[in-house]
Amino acid sequence: MPFTPATNRRLVTAALVSPASIWLFVFLVLPFIAIIVFAFGERAPEGGYQAAFTFAQFANLGSRAAAFKNTLILAPIGAFACLLVAYPVAYYLAVKASAKYRLLLVSLVVVPFWTSLLVRTYAWMYILGARGIPHLLEMVGIENVRLLNTPGAVLLGIVYGYLPLMIMPIYVSLEKLDRRLLEASADLGARPLSTFFGITLPLSLPGVMTGIALVTILLLGEYLIPQLLGGGKVFFIGNALVDLFLQSRNWPFGSAIAVTLVVVVVIVVLIAMRIAWRVAGTRQVDLV
Amino acid sequence: MRALVTAVYLFLYTPIALVVLFSFNAGRNASDFTGFSTQWYGKALANTFLMEALQNSLTIAFTSAGLAAIFGTMAAIGMERLGARARAVFDGLFAAAIVVPGVVIGIATLVALVEVFGFVNPLIAAVWPGEQAPKLSLGYGSIIAAHGLFTMALVTMIVKARIASLGRDIVEASSDLYATPFTTFRQIVLPQILPSILAGFLLAFTFSFDDFIIAFFVAGSNTTLPIYVFASIRRGVTPEINAIATMVLVASLGLILIARFLMREKTTN
Repeated sequence: MPFTPATNRRLVTAALVSPASIWLFVFLVLPFIAIIVFAFGERAPEGGYQAAFTFAQFANLGSRAAAFKNTLILAPIGAFACLLVAYPVAYYLAVKASAKYRLLLVSLVVVPFWTSLLVRTYAWMYILGARGIPHLLEMVGIENVRLLNTPGAVLLGIVYGYLPLMIMPIYVSLEKLDRRLLEASADLGARPLSTFFGITLPLSLPGVMTGIALVTILLLGEYLIPQLLGGGKVFFIGNALVDLFLQSRNWPFGSAIAVTLVVVVVIVVLIAMRIAWRVAGTRQVDLV
Repeated sequence: MRALVTAVYLFLYTPIALVVLFSFNAGRNASDFTGFSTQWYGKALANTFLMEALQNSLTIAFTSAGLAAIFGTMAAIGMERLGARARAVFDGLFAAAIVVPGVVIGIATLVALVEVFGFVNPLIAAVWPGEQAPKLSLGYGSIIAAHGLFTMALVTMIVKARIASLGRDIVEASSDLYATPFTTFRQIVLPQILPSILAGFLLAFTFSFDDFIIAFFVAGSNTTLPIYVFASIRRGVTPEINAIATMVLVASLGLILIARFLMREKTTN
């Protein structure tokens, strides 16, 4: 489309990008400035925000240490657990599955990701709940097993919810793998296991890194899974935020936590990018 | 290996299958299947609160995805024409809109809007000629705006990827043949990027329709379907919720299949 005289061209360009710019400014930049300002304020007596300039909210972050601890421990563990389940599936899809069924099998992995996480997570509430698996265990004589509202349940929910997001990037990088390398390795007398560790695994690392980064970043802001499967006992930062804003109406403290969460996300993104560059140069992943 | 992969597929689909199965349960209980019945679908469809929430969700998803498709496409085309620095700023902001957790987007929008309303509403009241000045408040508008942010980012990324793979020569040929830029756009560029715009629209629609956390913060007194489902779950899962959930699953599945089909066009073209 670059075929108008210069000034005209500029006007058209400005007209094209201005709605999105306004949107980004009003609903992203401005709100961010607002929560940063709020984070240095005080809670008004009746709840909400009162202007001030204090670092008290940040100094108080420790009072939500449990939420930070749970998030910062369970997000990477969850991502790693996802990886352990996802890798064999991605490997099977990319290397072993017959070409005839590959597309179907890949689609079947992606479909759950594009359906409601809320619905998929609450299904686990009754699988793990008193009338689900514990009920079945009682029938064979194992009593008083509590599965719901435990860190284990949250971890299971995480693996379940984010598995497709881990499988896809690994599948993409394994699919690009040159089969001739595997044949050459075998021809040179390498056993399957050493071919895997010497060739397949290293070449799939970019996908592994993308998957770990995506899942970890999304998990840092997770709310639904800990809320439904942790029953308010396994609090994440997201749950603390909902609590602070919608229940105790402590907006300044909530803002300080939100700002901290964004800082953590940014740090994770930067680390992920650094590692990605080191491993193989960045790679775009088609998640759709 | 095969057994393991089968197990993972079972793991992925068992919960979904259970939700669908129990939506057809005759009894009230969410754990004992006592017989086949479609009564809960009838009950769900007759529930006015639920239908209102559904209607809200559809309106919001349609509007925000529509805005996202139009403005996102415009942005994707416009960004092609920007200088490197301005483009980098855009890329960064769009990336932020996607990477920043929804919970933070929800909070930030809530906080900013409440501030803006607190400032603007007295002003409107002061200059309003009649008795009852209109008051800005949280609701449809704020959910659409907040959803519009990340759906626009999504559409822009998808359309931009398509534009990047577009053949330049045909565009140049068109202008060599004295087509106006607008004609070139309408006859050459638009038909080629249309599938990706539609795919972006459908994905944006699904995202907006499924979003719980952002809406939870900025909905005000309005209810969307995920908010309704979430509130119902806390009261205890009933087959009615399973019936709604099944309908939601089928709807988002349908949209995703269409979106994927449209995006596949780009590789066959």
